[in-house]
Amino acid sequence: MTAKRIGSWAVFILAAVYFLLPLVGTLEFSLRARRGVYSLDAYRNVLGDPQFQQTLAYSLILSVATVVLGVLIVAPTAFWVRLKMPRLRPVVEFITLLPLVIPPIIIVFGYIRLFNTASILPLTGSSRGTDFLLAAGYATLSLPYMYRAIDTGLRAIDVRTLTEAAQSLGAGWVTVLARVILPNIAVAILSGAFLTFAIVIGEYVIAALLNRPAFGPYMVWMGSNRAYEPAALAVIAFGMTWASMAVIQFLARRTRFTKV
Amino acid sequence: MAFIDLTSLGKSFGPTTVVRDFDLALGMGEFVSLLGPSGCGKTTVLRMVAGFETPDSGDIRIEGQSQLRLRANQRQIGMVFQSYALFPNLTVAENVAFGLRVAKTAPAAIARRVEEMLDMVGLAALKARYPYQLSGGQQQRVALARAIAPRPRVLLLDEPLSALDAKIRVALRTEIRTIQRQLGITTLFVTHDQEEALSMSDRIVVMNGGRAEQIGTPVEIYNQPATRFVAGFIGTLNVIEGQVGRDGGAYLDCAGGRLPLPDGFGAQAGERLSVAVRPQSLRPVAVEGDGLRGIVRHVEFMGAFTRLHVACGAMTVLVDCFARDLAATVTVGGPIGLTVATDEVLRLSA
Ligand SMILES: Nc1ncnc2c1ncn2[C@@H]1O[C@H](COP(=O)(O)OP(=O)(O)O)[C@@H](O)[C@H]1O
Ligand SMILES: [Mg+2]
Repeated sequence: MTAKRIGSWAVFILAAVYFLLPLVGTLEFSLRARRGVYSLDAYRNVLGDPQFQQTLAYSLILSVATVVLGVLIVAPTAFWVRLKMPRLRPVVEFITLLPLVIPPIIIVFGYIRLFNTASILPLTGSSRGTDFLLAAGYATLSLPYMYRAIDTGLRAIDVRTLTEAAQSLGAGWVTVLARVILPNIAVAILSGAFLTFAIVIGEYVIAALLNRPAFGPYMVWMGSNRAYEPAALAVIAFGMTWASMAVIQFLARRTRFTKV
Repeated sequence: MAFIDLTSLGKSFGPTTVVRDFDLALGMGEFVSLLGPSGCGKTTVLRMVAGFETPDSGDIRIEGQSQLRLRANQRQIGMVFQSYALFPNLTVAENVAFGLRVAKTAPAAIARRVEEMLDMVGLAALKARYPYQLSGGQQQRVALARAIAPRPRVLLLDEPLSALDAKIRVALRTEIRTIQRQLGITTLFVTHDQEEALSMSDRIVVMNGGRAEQIGTPVEIYNQPATRFVAGFIGTLNVIEGQVGRDGGAYLDCAGGRLPLPDGFGAQAGERLSVAVRPQSLRPVAVEGDGLRGIVRHVEFMGAFTRLHVACGAMTVLVDCFARDLAATVTVGGPIGLTVATDEVLRLSA
């Protein structure tokens, strides 16, 4: 065993401790709701709370809507840029990165100004309209991840030749996208979808300012009103994120037609 | 009227002209090859016919109808790509069915046609496989079946065999040609392999620098290459430069000696001229009389024949001969005489 080897192990262990220690602390704390013994009381309280179930269900549905909206916007764009305007790729890439530098609060204030009840398109006037705004805002937030995921997926297939093969067989653009391109980047879309899911589940600012009953505001409310339950909630949310990662891995490996 | 008419096609990408003044007429059911070195514009011509590129000038007509306003998916032209381009998410059968499903053919008819196509290319047993589970040759067969299934008016193949092993390439060559003949489908085949073009085609278009240098049957192209480029590209060829004899004799004075010219060669006395002679047209003889002379530099045993590299002055001439013609006197470093039948001296225009 060389010194170099020992050194890299040391760095690895240090990093692992750095990441895991807060988690272990949170987990340990979440189990101490009953005085003196470890118990699952905090989890029972959280999972039994109707508010928890409603807000989580709301956010799950919203994340599905966000993914659909995101894919509908990003997939054709990334496809078209790759096929017809490869020189515009850096520009498009830059645009998709903007949500990382522009705070969500700016987006949501923009929405409220543009679509308030006094505007031509009073989306904030109804809860459906506001839900749509929320999904649109989330689709914007997930843009950097969605675009990168889909673009990586497109890089792995020969977009141009597959498109031309389909066209020579009589397929129009919609058929090409729906039957050839999308199925072949399904795994990439899925990984983008789970990242989107992770964003939507935890997002607070937009949901709170649009006043929708989402999971993010619920977690914040819980954090400021209870002691042990927020820790349990954090562990649950963390577990969900890891579960989605596992699902991505599983699906990527199981896809029958790729030999990755 | 020809079935397909390409008239003065031209195409540039930015400042570079890739195809210029390209004319070609294909008869119904004809198999025509575009042959030329890489980068000479073969693929571009094919892509214009398919509808993936718009020509800058000229017209593409099928049965007299201009195709320029039709999009690629409206042209009913089948295409086979060098990289197979099978849809990775679909099985063999689904790949073949793709065009039929797009055309909204009835399911029963699709099933029948897919079966027929897979039988045709001998892959019926593999219809449930995915492309990644097939060899290159099998994938290209599926691609062929897929292209033909919707009964296209024209079949385009862009170097379909280039990615395959030599053995499979030769087998698939025959297979493609047999299927093409059976179905009588008008075919434009792109290749940079002269042997492929010579063995498969009804006619060959030899392309150079975006232009058609010569159009003719394989026999014509091989035996009467019109230009130096064609002669050089089709088979190995000795290009011999010299001056036509001044004393009225029909021969060419060149570095190696005197080369007799056929009657009616049409050369002026004293004119400087290039002629071409195939390696197998030259015959080794004793060093005397007319003909070329040189020094044997190198002897290569090629199996069916032996190839001599003979230095005639500054020029090196290749001579292919069978063992029985090989004079016992041929030794490396020794002198040699060469004759050629006058009708095997090829005139080159450029
Ligand atoms: N889309 C394009 N943009 C710019 N240049 C191109 C494009 N397609 C082809 N070319 C150029 O045109 C020339 C001919 O290409 P191609 O038709 O593919 O030749 P071939 O198939 O005979 O090898 C090449 O020099 C190639 O670089
Ligand atoms: Mg090419």
